[in-house]
Amino acid sequence: MKFGIVVFPGSNCDEDAFHAAKDVFGQDAEYLWHKDADLKGADVLILPGGFAHGDYLRTGAMARFSPIMGPVRAFAERGGPVLGICNGFQILLESGLLPGAMLRNRSLKYRCEHVHVRVEQTDTPFTSAAGVGQVLRIPIGHGEGNYFAPPELLEQIEANHQVILRYTDPQGRLDDTWNPNGSVNAIAGLCNDARNVVGMMPHPERACEALLGGVDGRAIFESVVSLVAVR
Amino acid sequence: MIDAQVLERHGLKPDEHERIVQFMGREPNLIELGMFSVMWSEHCSYKSSRVHLKTLPTEGPQVLQGPGENAGAVDIGEGLAAVFKIESHNHPSFIEPYQGAATGVGGIIRDIFTMGARPIALLNSLRFGALDAPGTRRLLEGVVAGIAGYGNSIGIPTVGGEVVFEPSYAGNPLVNVFCLGVAKASAIVKGVASGAGNAVYYVGAKTGRDGIHGATMASAEFDEKSAEKRPAVQVGDPFMEKLLLEACLEVMQTDALVGIQDMGAAGLTCSTAEMGSRGGAGVEIDVALVPQREAGMTPYEIMLSESQERMLLVAKKGREAEVERTFEKWDLHAVKIGHVTSDGMLRVKERGTVVAEIPNRALTDEAPLYRRPMTEPEYLREVQQLDLDALERSADAVTLGRSAEAVAPRSGANVAARGVQPGGSSDQNAVLLALLGSPTIASKLWVYRQYDHMVRTNTINLPGMGAGVVRIKGTDRALAMSVDGNGRYCYLDPYRGAMLAVAEAARNVACAGARPLAATNCLNFGNPERPAIMWQFAQAVAGIGAACRALDVPITGGNVSLYNETDGKAIYPTPTIGVVGLLEHADRVVGRRFQDAGDAIILLGDGRGELGGSEYLKVAHDLVRGVPPALDLEAERALQTLLVRLADERLMRSAHDCSDGGLAVTLAECCFDTNGIGAAASIAAVQVARDAPLNVAAALFGESASRVVVSAVPDEVTRVLERAAAAKVPARVIGQTGGSQLRIAVGGVMAIDQCVDDVERVWSTALERYFAKRVA
Repeated sequence: MKFGIVVFPGSNCDEDAFHAAKDVFGQDAEYLWHKDADLKGADVLILPGGFAHGDYLRTGAMARFSPIMGPVRAFAERGGPVLGICNGFQILLESGLLPGAMLRNRSLKYRCEHVHVRVEQTDTPFTSAAGVGQVLRIPIGHGEGNYFAPPELLEQIEANHQVILRYTDPQGRLDDTWNPNGSVNAIAGLCNDARNVVGMMPHPERACEALLGGVDGRAIFESVVSLVAVR
Repeated sequence: MIDAQVLERHGLKPDEHERIVQFMGREPNLIELGMFSVMWSEHCSYKSSRVHLKTLPTEGPQVLQGPGENAGAVDIGEGLAAVFKIESHNHPSFIEPYQGAATGVGGIIRDIFTMGARPIALLNSLRFGALDAPGTRRLLEGVVAGIAGYGNSIGIPTVGGEVVFEPSYAGNPLVNVFCLGVAKASAIVKGVASGAGNAVYYVGAKTGRDGIHGATMASAEFDEKSAEKRPAVQVGDPFMEKLLLEACLEVMQTDALVGIQDMGAAGLTCSTAEMGSRGGAGVEIDVALVPQREAGMTPYEIMLSESQERMLLVAKKGREAEVERTFEKWDLHAVKIGHVTSDGMLRVKERGTVVAEIPNRALTDEAPLYRRPMTEPEYLREVQQLDLDALERSADAVTLGRSAEAVAPRSGANVAARGVQPGGSSDQNAVLLALLGSPTIASKLWVYRQYDHMVRTNTINLPGMGAGVVRIKGTDRALAMSVDGNGRYCYLDPYRGAMLAVAEAARNVACAGARPLAATNCLNFGNPERPAIMWQFAQAVAGIGAACRALDVPITGGNVSLYNETDGKAIYPTPTIGVVGLLEHADRVVGRRFQDAGDAIILLGDGRGELGGSEYLKVAHDLVRGVPPALDLEAERALQTLLVRLADERLMRSAHDCSDGGLAVTLAECCFDTNGIGAAASIAAVQVARDAPLNVAAALFGESASRVVVSAVPDEVTRVLERAAAAKVPARVIGQTGGSQLRIAVGGVMAIDQCVDDVERVWSTALERYFAKRVA
């Protein structure tokens, strides 16, 4: 299968996602430059982390206007699997491909560390290889990962089971002291209505090799690799 | 008119002016004078330091590029080179901590990628006044946020560093930043202009009035309108630099480039003069073609502006279109502003009219060289006196009461601080807690959590775990790096202090299992025109040279920062040393933490209970006195070679250098971040004073050099001891890991007995608690 890694000016985890797809999981991978409106036959799209356009206006606010986003939207509407990691998640929110918005971390500081997230739903292309309730230890690195949705929308998101990852303690228990950024309902990852578009703040590509101190991020990649292989 | 006042505003001495006239064969105009003033400034010309720097060892089979280029480079095998350098941004960071630190990071990153290397890791070495002194918090928060803001955005991990608090830096913090990149050894790019007729391109951010030297800015003679002073601190734009980084690396793949250099200090003047001078060529540019941020800029301002994120490059004739296309892709516009000539002159035009014309060499190679007078500082003999028998025992009770209270956590640790912990000496338990909670020793989690230290997915030794280590993708290899310095040691003895800094940085790298390859230095000192400061400088450089020679880590570049003074009071002389080492097998990397219960704890090296300049004297007795620990360079080299061997043979499971706070602090730190693995150790007594408790403290907290605590599975102990014996390194099993207590006996008598969790809480939360407590 072929991963398409979208590269915006200012993306900085593009090479990491590429490395994970290609070198760790042995899949085809190709960079998709934001000015091109061509997905080059990718089976799965990753919007990687970074600071697209410097995040100067608002995280992800400029990136949604890049030419590539038209084909990305069309791909998503056809049911193609799309994963936004960190800045990629923020871009999906700004593009309206996922509901809600990001605020600055409640500490008002950038935070880079390992966190624990509990898998809530496994019926998405990026969590199917995990088990419900499984706790993954994956790093975060962001200053604006404080997920927010107004009460009505939040209710709807919860009712639709769109929350796929939540920040918990190492045992998988909800506990506000283990919520690194103040996200409402401890939301760390989310999918759309159709469940094929997924955004997550933690970086699974940073947790795919034992040498890097953990392999819990593999579940995210293994999910989509096995899914497309079956298809 | 050039008169005494104009010269003074330009920081030029009358004899320097005469020298200029001599080279020019005429009186320079004001633009030319401005260009000389920046190029002949201490910062660009190293006029006070060069005679000393020349004594440093800079060569070795591993060195691909020594000092003189944008950065140094060493061979790391498989056709690759590690390109690295350290630089200071002290003064700007004091004035505007966020932007000062941010642009420091931006500058050092440019130095690395202009060499054709992909930057893959950052380190920093920061020094502030006492944490509770007025202003420190603002500086610390600003500097850390600035480093984070720039490094995180551009996507280069900050994998380690040091943060030190010491009153000497209250009026002059030190912000030293280090960057490392990897390049193909055969494709290192130089900052050189050559080939008459080749196009000179300007690319990156537009030129503004920012960063023009304040003294010259204010000169009404140049332009009445420029009286509106912009801050001398530049503003960083990491997004622009990210685009420049990617575009430049892409252009370099095409071999359409002759040379490239960033516009850092002295901006366009320095980049044109240095590139021309290195290539033995001339450069002709027209300032009217330079992209400008604001209208009405004069040639003087354009030539001296230090606006950030700008590069100068020379393209091969006929290949211009390729270069332009690549920059277009990244929405950057490479603008042709001139060409290379064969006459060796730096010729500046404004719309075709020559406004400045100086031989390149006059600006660079012919800059003045000073052998400044030196005298041993008067304070030295006095502060080196340390009479341990005269230390009043009552004094430590007072000081400790204060420190222990300041660091006491919620739980049982403050019980220990009050001295009722059973087992062990109440005094020593309290001292250990006070040391672990002192801001210099305490965990820097609060700091490095704000840095993205994992981006690029190469970091295999995270911050706080010893040297920073990044693997090199596509190979089995990894690079370890550490920056270290100790201003207090250098204040007490600059020669020995500087040697100790080199030894510690190299030792930290060796503890990770990496063979130290080479070093870079950042020399932070006071005003060199004062003979006592110049003496400190010369002594420190001599110490660095001696240590680098003995440990075979040549200096491949660096930076000198002088005039670090406020109100005539200089900082402690502070050379910081960055050492880079190579691990041939990334998966044999070693960290500081104990791995499991039941492992043997082995001490490599011998302690002599040296307390001079120690953190113990400072924290427990509020004293900065004595001479720093002795250093036997031959023993140090043997120790480091042994460490690399033990790691390569996978015989040690952890290794941690013994430095600030001595063996007791080192053992405690080995237990931290392990989920509470304890340790029981028994260490040798020392005899340094009449007072028995002071002897115990010296054994626990003395900072004798060339010591490392390693752990090994019991089955491997014999082999570790054999290897040590073969290397002639003293080695002794001093205990075993396990349990939930940290217990240390000195000469068979229990001195420390504390629950690891309690001790760890003091250490891990000290900075955070400070920030939670005070809202200033």
